[in-house]
Amino acid sequence: MSSNQKPKATRQAFGEVLAELGTKHTNLVVFDADLAKSTKSEMFAKKFPDRFYEMGIAEANMIGTAAGMAMQGFVPFICSFGCFVTGRFDQIRMSVAYAGANVRVIGTHAGVGIGDDGHSQMGLEDLSLMRGLPTMTVLQPCDELETRQMIEFLMTHDAPAYVRLTRQNLIPVHDGEYRFRLGRVDVLRESATANVAILATGATVQECVRAHEILQKQGVQITLANVPTIKPLNSDDILDIAKGHRWLLTVEDHYTIGGLGSAVAEIISDRSGPTRLVRLGVNDQFGESGEPIELYDKFGISAAKIVQTVSGLLNS
Amino acid sequence: MAYESLREQAQKMRVSIIEMLTEAKSGHPGGSLSCTEIVAALYFSEMRHDPQRPDWSERDRFVISKGHGVPAVYAAMAHAGYFPVQELMTLRKTGARLQGHPDRRRLPGIEASTGSLGQGLSVAQGIALASKLSAKPWHTYCLLGDGEIQEGQVWEAAMSAPKFKLGSLTAILDYNHGQIDGRVDDVMSLEPLADKWRAFNWNVIEVDGHKFEDLIPALQKARKATDKPTFVIAHTIKGKGVSFMEGKIEWHGVAPNKDQETAAIKEINAKGVRS
Repeated sequence: MSSNQKPKATRQAFGEVLAELGTKHTNLVVFDADLAKSTKSEMFAKKFPDRFYEMGIAEANMIGTAAGMAMQGFVPFICSFGCFVTGRFDQIRMSVAYAGANVRVIGTHAGVGIGDDGHSQMGLEDLSLMRGLPTMTVLQPCDELETRQMIEFLMTHDAPAYVRLTRQNLIPVHDGEYRFRLGRVDVLRESATANVAILATGATVQECVRAHEILQKQGVQITLANVPTIKPLNSDDILDIAKGHRWLLTVEDHYTIGGLGSAVAEIISDRSGPTRLVRLGVNDQFGESGEPIELYDKFGISAAKIVQTVSGLLNS
Repeated sequence: MAYESLREQAQKMRVSIIEMLTEAKSGHPGGSLSCTEIVAALYFSEMRHDPQRPDWSERDRFVISKGHGVPAVYAAMAHAGYFPVQELMTLRKTGARLQGHPDRRRLPGIEASTGSLGQGLSVAQGIALASKLSAKPWHTYCLLGDGEIQEGQVWEAAMSAPKFKLGSLTAILDYNHGQIDGRVDDVMSLEPLADKWRAFNWNVIEVDGHKFEDLIPALQKARKATDKPTFVIAHTIKGKGVSFMEGKIEWHGVAPNKDQETAAIKEINAKGVRS
């Protein structure tokens, strides 16, 4: 873990790096739909007002407009809450993905981790929706460093992309040596004797790091990997981890349907083997208002609940 | 004169539309024939484009938002020289570049992939914003269907294009009064239409969408606009040019059979270039 970085929301890291990249990348344009203060695109807006488009509360029009600009060689980032922007699914399906427009769709306020505002503001099916679109790259960083690297990567990546960001602060899990590689799984803790391997993405990575610490104190070894790319996800990386473990556990602040858990299930179901998969996440129910920590507990994705699940598996 | 040669192009396009739809055994004759003069005016008079260089960076851009009307565009492109006229017969066939609705990744010269209604004006707005930001001279045209503008997204774009002072954007409405479930005026009336677009701060021009004498001056006026986008309401007839299709909703999305093809082409050619 890096000591020189403080906990930071990935939306904040996004806003900061975007405003920095605007200097070097003069084809970078940014759109927001009346949420620039929340998505943190306002930092770019203040620095580059000529390349920032305030679209008002009209996400569908924002998506199409950005697609038109992308087709002329600009690199548009369009920002809103994940639920609102992916809720305009048909516009992303047609004007972005099918049209081959390299728009970067930024969805902040991922999952129940936003807390108080409740279900209507929570992106819980956004990964599922975006993963279903051909050509779409789907990314979710777990700390500041990874966010910065992903956004810079997207300046030249030749495909439309969705990036899922958090409202809440996340602890740094990477040191300065880390390099984000599209599609690749990022193994954080490895143990030759572990029976359980956890695959986590986004905000749940820090919960899993804590769970790992607790389990280690109890003398239980686990493997822990961060999965920053939901699509295209490298099958070999997943299968390599599956091979050495009895249990694979996916942990995400997203529905258990359609997100990381489903992506891993699709990969391992293509091979026969003894590894069993358990998917943790919001299990086919709506989110609700509350303290983020309490909600993570309630939906079974807090460090304590992850420890409980792992212990249960090992005793089964 | 110039208008007569445009009428010749429109006549050739109509024949091609009937031929390709008959061959494809499906498609949308009504809304392709209603926008034939509009598309002809763009491809053979108003747009700066080069069929040999569809990716020419300074070309004018045309988005057909009513994607089901794309046979009219394919016909114009073929007769302008983008691809051989013979390729029109591949419409809707497996592996074809001429998809049932336009696909920009398959066919060079198609600017936007449309077919899910209501999205093209936003895309055209983005293309116009790109010309403004990069100080490029191109003009952006967008063709909308009348039923299409029942989609809410169109009104989001109607609100935003004047905000961005997009004088380089011209939207043209193919007001043929027909949609799948009936007459537009019954399904969901658009009226008072001109008032609505004026209230949204657009220049509004009303024309007979089948008369080049009307269309060409309107498009030229639109091109001169500097601070406001222009909305051209083109009054048209669904199925125009084929008497048994004219004004008939049932010809929205049904292809002619061989006998109907013969009758339609005979009639189009007999009418010739009369306006």
